Amino acid sequence: MSEHEHHILPFKLYLKIFLSLVLFTFITVWVAQFNFGSLNTLIAMIVATIKATLVALYFMHLKYDDKTNAVCLLAGVFFLVVMFAFIAIDVASRIPLESTL
Amino acid sequence: MAHRITDTDGSHYAFHYKNSNHEFEASKFGIWVFLCTEILMFGGLFVGYILNSGKYPEVFEVGATFLDWKLGFLNTVILLFSSFTIALSIRNIQIGEQKKAFNNLLVTVLCGFGFMGVKGYEYSHKFHLGLLPGKFFNYTPHTAESDSHPTGEADEKPARSNASETSHVSELPKNMPMYFSFYFVMTGIHGTHVIIGMCLILWAMLRLKRGDFDPKHYTFVEGAALFWHLVDLVWIYLFPLLYLV
Amino acid sequence: MSYAAGSNYLNHEKGLWSWLTTLDHKRIGIMYMISVFTFFFIGGVFAMLMRLELFDPGPLFAAQTYNQMMTYHGAIMTFMVIIPGIPAFIGNFTLPLLIGAKDVAFPRVNLLSWYCLMVGAAISFATLFFAGVDTGWTFYTPYSIQTSGTVLMVLGAFVMGFSSILTGLNFIVTVHKLRAPGMTFFRMPLMVWALYSTAVIQVLATPVLAITLLLLAFEKMFGVGIFDPNLGGDPVMFQHFFWFYSHPAVYIMILPAMGIISELITTFSRKTIFGYRAIAFSSIGIAAVSFFVWGHHMFVSGQSSFAGIIFSFITMLVGVPTAIKTFNWVATMYRGSIQLKSPMLYALGFLFLFTIGGVTGIMLATLAADVHFHDTYFVVAHFHYVMVGGTLMAIMGGVYYWLPKMFGKMYNEFGAQLSFLFIFCGFNITFFPQFLLGSAGMPRRYHEYLPEFTSLNKISSIGAWTIGFGFLIALAVIIHCILKGEKAPQNPWGGKTLEWTHADSPPIHENFATTPVVEAGPYEYGR
Repeated sequence: MSEHEHHILPFKLYLKIFLSLVLFTFITVWVAQFNFGSLNTLIAMIVATIKATLVALYFMHLKYDDKTNAVCLLAGVFFLVVMFAFIAIDVASRIPLESTL
Repeated sequence: MAHRITDTDGSHYAFHYKNSNHEFEASKFGIWVFLCTEILMFGGLFVGYILNSGKYPEVFEVGATFLDWKLGFLNTVILLFSSFTIALSIRNIQIGEQKKAFNNLLVTVLCGFGFMGVKGYEYSHKFHLGLLPGKFFNYTPHTAESDSHPTGEADEKPARSNASETSHVSELPKNMPMYFSFYFVMTGIHGTHVIIGMCLILWAMLRLKRGDFDPKHYTFVEGAALFWHLVDLVWIYLFPLLYLV
Repeated sequence: MSYAAGSNYLNHEKGLWSWLTTLDHKRIGIMYMISVFTFFFIGGVFAMLMRLELFDPGPLFAAQTYNQMMTYHGAIMTFMVIIPGIPAFIGNFTLPLLIGAKDVAFPRVNLLSWYCLMVGAAISFATLFFAGVDTGWTFYTPYSIQTSGTVLMVLGAFVMGFSSILTGLNFIVTVHKLRAPGMTFFRMPLMVWALYSTAVIQVLATPVLAITLLLLAFEKMFGVGIFDPNLGGDPVMFQHFFWFYSHPAVYIMILPAMGIISELITTFSRKTIFGYRAIAFSSIGIAAVSFFVWGHHMFVSGQSSFAGIIFSFITMLVGVPTAIKTFNWVATMYRGSIQLKSPMLYALGFLFLFTIGGVTGIMLATLAADVHFHDTYFVVAHFHYVMVGGTLMAIMGGVYYWLPKMFGKMYNEFGAQLSFLFIFCGFNITFFPQFLLGSAGMPRRYHEYLPEFTSLNKISSIGAWTIGFGFLIALAVIIHCILKGEKAPQNPWGGKTLEWTHADSPPIHENFATTPVVEAGPYEYGR
């Protein structure tokens, strides 16, 4: 197995990432006040994903780690998307009945 | 009990590994595999939430008006900051700054307390209004205004009527309880993970004080940090979903 | 490290406490063996009671009692036997040996996984004393919300799920990080590929089961409203969540079995496996595609027909890598030097029975046909062919194959062959008639049936008792071997994988006196 040096990141980098994250949090709130209709959730998730990517790459060191760790994360996300997509297809394509509520 | 080997340079590792770095990399990978399982577990909740909000948009829109986005925003910043400090503490250990590492871990835990405090405040306010999950749902807006609490619920924080917390809709949708079921289950399970994370960090602080860690051996702290980052990641998604859309 | 002659993992430390606190993967594997065998017999008792009820069309037990029996039979066999059966028992013992490692990546996590299984099982069994669950092992809503015992049972399954997750996590890291020098991915034995693919499924799918069961418990306790139609919930969504795990779960059951078959067929044909890469990639392929087909359990549930068509189509695809493997096994045997020892008998039994099970699976995947077959005995026969005719045959073959390595003793070959005869014949007598019953319309999970189904049911019940007898013989053979078997040589079968070529029977505590260096593939028979 290849030897990895314990990669040490500079303080400034961590600080820059933190400030970017706070900025994106402001953006999250700002974007939420516009109504994009059914796209609202998707847009919020996209902004969240940008923030999550920053946390994963830098705070969690994925950028500097063995690639297997990143593959692991992406695999989890991929299959989660599969789960969502197929159930959504079912729910969306059902013929609606009269609500019994 | 899996016996450990100590090399001449002082590094130590379990007998079935080649060296301490080998063990460290394997442990890190193991933690990532575990995080993967957490993603799928929380993910299931998100799937349920998103699909139901698609089916009953008015329930989820009305429900969100009971949440104060400013508190959610505050909690987001608290967790982001705590992710920052715990990443710093790892860096501190890597360059031998044990005292700074301890302090950064302490700040992280305090942020955790802060987060739970805000959550506790939010929860108590909801309990006060009768906004409870499922069959316990019993929304009674007028008790939020009065001083007397007929049910005598223990309430540490003073009941503050906050304009954004009371509903504008006089008649709530019929399956309104569903929204709060999701709210409490999702934030509850997330909150449980915050508490677990805090315990891990406290244990790391104890072991740090004991001298268990050095620049080449800090696997446990790395694990606690990765877990804590996951808790942050989940909240990054939870905040906009619950409070904003 | 030098070892006293005769020192091995079994006598390395003595006493029950040394077992209960062991970190040795081999000992943990043996502990799983005892647990899984015990649960198997308990689940088997429920099966015998069910077949006793079904011997005659009229009722013997009350309907609810029968429903409880079939629930426990299913839940025990699924969660306590077939899911952990190969990975946690055979896999735990053999994986480090197969890759030339001294242990799995995280020995303490390994021990924890065994305790999760035992605690979860205890919780599940506790429901027998409080309020028997009668929902079937699938816990469909809304009935599971209304009936008793659900919360405790799903809590037990939740805890057992962690056992599976932790085993999978351990195996993934072990395969990535602990292979011996020179063992590239494509020099690993196919059993390792199988265990790895299984581990990926365990790690990705089981958490979804965890959250599903948690939500079901919350639904029952708090009336969450996600699955209960009376509260605006969607019972079909429960099925989606449940089968997102449970379909990949059946591949957790069969993939490691296929790994065993690969080992058995190559060893007992004394020939290199045909199409090593095809089998390796098929294992990964099956694991991946298994996540896309769960809706084929839900064709008549109220799921949209559009979704049903998609699931039906993709399910057809998953049969392809499985067929590739079967062709490759047969091709391995062609012009091999076949030894008809008992492990090989079980492997051959697997080929025959699993093929029938697999093909009937494709019949069920055909949406239009499934509308007729769903919830009939056709489905019951299908999954017993793949799970018993497939996985259980492979477990038996693997047990006999590795028993000499595990205990350093040879078992009685005649007894083992006799067990095979009773199990194989009994199995077909039990389950083949059920295909006919299902086609004729007999529904499953009923304690009574129409009189015209009587003769086939009687045959099926007689078969069940025959299988039971066969397993008793097998148990006797195994116990006799452990207590009184003749000393086994290091490599009784002439296998080429590291556990046979480099490890003693039974292995020393650290598996290998010196770390093996691998310079060739795993099946170098030179043919």
